[in-house]
Amino acid sequence: MIAPLKPDLVTVNVDGQEIAVPKGTNVIEAARQLGVDIPHYCYHPKLTIVGNCRMCLIEMGLPAVYPATKTPILDPATGKQRINWMPRPQIGCATNASPGLHIRTNSPQVKDCREGVMEFLLLNHPLDCPICDQAGECKLQEQATGYGRGYSRFIEQKNVKPKRTLLGPRVMLDDERCILCSRCIRFSKEIAKDDVLGFIDRGSHSTLTCFPGKKLENNYSLNTVDICPVGALTSTDFRFKMRVWFLKQTNSLDTESSVGANTVVWSREGAIYRITPRRNDEVNDTWMADSGRELYKLVRADNRLTAIKVNGTDSGLDLAVYAAAQIFKASAGAIAVVGSGRSSVEEQFLTQKLAAVLSASVSLVSRVGAGDRILVSADRNPNIRGALVTGLIASLPAQKLTGLAAQIDAGQVKTVISIGEDLVAAGLTAAQLAKVTVVYLGTETNATSAAALVVLPTLTVFEKSGTFVNQQFRLQKFAKAVPAFAGATDDLVVLAKLAVAAGANVPAPDLASVWRTLAAEVAGLGPMAYANIPDTGLLLDATPWSALPFIEAEALHYQPTKPSAAVTA
Amino acid sequence: MAVIPLVRPTLTLLERTYLPQIASGLKTTLKHIFSPNVTLEYPEQRPAIPPGYRGVPTLVMDPNGREKCVSCQLCEFVCPPKAIRITPGEIPADAPTGHVEKAPQAFDIDMLRCIYCGLCQEVCPEEAIFLQNQYSMSGYTRAEMVNHKDRLYELGGTLPDSHHKWDKKLAAEKSGPAH
Repeated sequence: MIAPLKPDLVTVNVDGQEIAVPKGTNVIEAARQLGVDIPHYCYHPKLTIVGNCRMCLIEMGLPAVYPATKTPILDPATGKQRINWMPRPQIGCATNASPGLHIRTNSPQVKDCREGVMEFLLLNHPLDCPICDQAGECKLQEQATGYGRGYSRFIEQKNVKPKRTLLGPRVMLDDERCILCSRCIRFSKEIAKDDVLGFIDRGSHSTLTCFPGKKLENNYSLNTVDICPVGALTSTDFRFKMRVWFLKQTNSLDTESSVGANTVVWSREGAIYRITPRRNDEVNDTWMADSGRELYKLVRADNRLTAIKVNGTDSGLDLAVYAAAQIFKASAGAIAVVGSGRSSVEEQFLTQKLAAVLSASVSLVSRVGAGDRILVSADRNPNIRGALVTGLIASLPAQKLTGLAAQIDAGQVKTVISIGEDLVAAGLTAAQLAKVTVVYLGTETNATSAAALVVLPTLTVFEKSGTFVNQQFRLQKFAKAVPAFAGATDDLVVLAKLAVAAGANVPAPDLASVWRTLAAEVAGLGPMAYANIPDTGLLLDATPWSALPFIEAEALHYQPTKPSAAVTA
Repeated sequence: MAVIPLVRPTLTLLERTYLPQIASGLKTTLKHIFSPNVTLEYPEQRPAIPPGYRGVPTLVMDPNGREKCVSCQLCEFVCPPKAIRITPGEIPADAPTGHVEKAPQAFDIDMLRCIYCGLCQEVCPEEAIFLQNQYSMSGYTRAEMVNHKDRLYELGGTLPDSHHKWDKKLAAEKSGPAH
């Protein structure tokens, strides 16, 4: 990893433009801040520097000083300090900014270097672009366009290597395409802490491979596919499914745990093809877990709820809401709401409104798994903290719904409104479930939806917009990637209609209106609006909940013991 | 509105009989009766297609009978009226053309959309799609006007291949590393 940046700034000169950067910044990053692109393959901002691709060669010079006195040597023609240019190019990734450093990225020598490196990289590279999944987002293609010579002088036979090696259950290797940048090796070693990859053989026979008896099967293996600058590592799930230039990118969030890794959802014509991480240096850097990338399959799962049902027969939204309102009236005072840590902040806010007008008790379902101390935390609900912020709950959810079970057994609860939670999986017995009338809002069929009197199909995270609050109390937003599944209604609309039918005064069920009310009524959400939340999220003041026993362990960018700093921008 | 008065031409006696006009018309008719035919008895007789003609887009096989399309979807991307729709698929490793790795599962061209521009042929990196001599498409339903993969290969047939890119690739694979 790059050493943490120190605050002291140094001025470097890139192609005649000066910029002040923190000491220790390398030349590629300094030039990037000026909008100057230095092409590179092996350099990755979150991995150690190896400097083996040689693509980022630049000309470098330092201010001249007299060796003995260290006083500047002035150029008599200009009166400025002379620059001693090095006769040979240097690699930009391993050259750190030092005071007065001058670099040239557009000189004939640099151009020659890039063309030379490109020619060598393309010597044995197969003409696979038409069948290569990386085409369209391939650095080799991009740099060949920028710095390639356009034709090959190579008349010998190209090297032959294995084309379909399975490195693990999710990653396929094409050795011919590999340019030996070693990003995947460094990622496995440094980030995933699962050192399974290495190079064997020498020269043009060099091959990426797993160590004997090992496989690339950790839960972060697909990040190697993301960082592979060429098409050597491909995802077995996405392989040959769709060309990337057809796919629309939508910013979203990983909902598998409270880490809230930032993601991009790639879709075409309403079908999601893959999920990749989105860089957020405060949350997930440029990584995400493999398990979160499969969640898009829930959108077209076989068990999606597709019809509004009242008493087992198909119904309409207004009829179902009316039926629910009748149930609420009949069992007034004996209603319980089982909210969800998977709902967005806005939905939890409306759930809280609904519970308040019905004077219902509120419980949440806890989901606990093993945290991996990287990007999957022990709390598998993405938005428990959102429920705290909106006031839906005041303490962390119990492991099982024992309180609700006791209330049902005592006859205090006659109706349960479940927001996407399977009550049987959450600890109720079938007998207890049979004692109550259930109103179920959710995306998939389960024991609760089967037992529910009113079933209202709602949307998955990919079909709606909203916000989550992650383990750092960072408010992050996700956007709608694909249109709603036929038959399902937006959760906000359903919740608002139920609340209105129960007699509550709720804002119109669109994000802008809900956020106007949220900002006015929820302390800490201040003068914000959904549109103003930055893509990298907004840290909320966590001090009101600093005494709660959160279960997340220390992980990447997360310190459980230290309460988050009280910053609300 | 302005009125433009027209002066009718005064015809001579000969012109008023109309006989010279009839005679010249008959002359033209008689000339065409005895001159060679210029029309075709269309469905039975077909015109010769000039080289470079842009007819119905078709998929072609290489001389070994391998389907040349690798479903790179560049034609789908470039197609201005979005007439092409491809579902990519993988060739199993043990198939005779396993070294090509990728082939279309489905390849549909909607001939109601196609504008015969030839961009698909121009963009194809594998020389797999050609606008050939077929110019007549008809059908009773919209569905009939969509050419599926088998129909496209039937229309396209086999064309000579000057590159043999994938044959060379297979030969190199069999002979092992060259250096």
